[in-house]
Amino acid sequence: MNKQESPLLFLIVGRNEPLYSSEFISNQKPTSDSITRQHYFVMHSALDLVDKFAFTYPQMYLKTVDKVNHQMVSVFLTASHVKFMVLHSGKGDDVLKQFFMEVYELYVKLSMNPFYQFDTHITSKDFDDRVRVLGMRYLL
Amino acid sequence: MSKPTSILDRQIMRPKNDQVSMSAFAYLYSELVQYHQTRVSSISELEQRLSSSGYGVGFKVLELLAYRSKEQSHLTPPISHTVDKPKTKRETRIMAILQFISSAVWKSLFGRPADSLEKSIDHADEYMIFDCNPITSNFVSVHQSSADAYISGIIAGVLEGAGFSARVSAHTVDVEEGESRNGYIGLPSRKDKAVFLVKFAEKVLQRDTALER
Repeated sequence: MNKQESPLLFLIVGRNEPLYSSEFISNQKPTSDSITRQHYFVMHSALDLVDKFAFTYPQMYLKTVDKVNHQMVSVFLTASHVKFMVLHSGKGDDVLKQFFMEVYELYVKLSMNPFYQFDTHITSKDFDDRVRVLGMRYLL
Repeated sequence: MSKPTSILDRQIMRPKNDQVSMSAFAYLYSELVQYHQTRVSSISELEQRLSSSGYGVGFKVLELLAYRSKEQSHLTPPISHTVDKPKTKRETRIMAILQFISSAVWKSLFGRPADSLEKSIDHADEYMIFDCNPITSNFVSVHQSSADAYISGIIAGVLEGAGFSARVSAHTVDVEEGESRNGYIGLPSRKDKAVFLVKFAEKVLQRDTALER
């Protein structure tokens, strides 16, 4: 029996819109396992829950905030309320936390760039490459 | 030919005594002020521009210091036998974020904590951060608070980033007789100190009182 491998979607969301997104698909078959609009919709609807937890749960790692069918949304919230969100199906908490920590470090370094304005799209190719490497390592 | 190092390769943890000289900052800052002064037509516009210059700094300082404070608690040896997890806390209360600003942010940017943090008696939504010697107006001959608008911009950026919308303005008050003035060696002691007035938005106060319960 083949395992239900849902694709993984990683989003960095600022105040109003996603600043970065990347998809991680384990098996290379180009069938219905691709990221659909529904996945983005699930992420978007989870934002309300994130806002609810933002001030009541003083940790950065918010674990799983929403569960839709077999998909779960886990969120990491930085000090300046930038949300790192991962749509997955059943990854362990520790693995996700390590992934988030590594991406957090990359994000802080990126924001130190004086030419990167807060809450703007992340266009750095280097950042993209590194996040993909991290995603391959931790999420797949 | 060596590959240029990217910003994503650099270390976030800097050595303890990593400092920039006061004269370097003073020269750079005076240029910034002069640049804006030739392009504005009023004092309030100058303060507005300096404030928005500091605004962007505030966001970055918030992220960096939040990250570094987590790292340090991770590196200290664990007191008990339990595993020492990196502290990934965010500030969610007004007093907490103000104390973060007046201690951590001040220490990181200016080398010393702010002189005091007070809550205003007259208005429930106002807080004041005092600094006897703000470095932005260290060399201004007649102390006007307009040069300190940069620092109020930084404070506003930190607060906005953390989710507490506030208006921050810089003012000066006279120093009372008995107060200690930590002046710099070689400079005459200042007769006035700077106060940064932080006025929070209504919804921030409502949220804070809701969390109190």
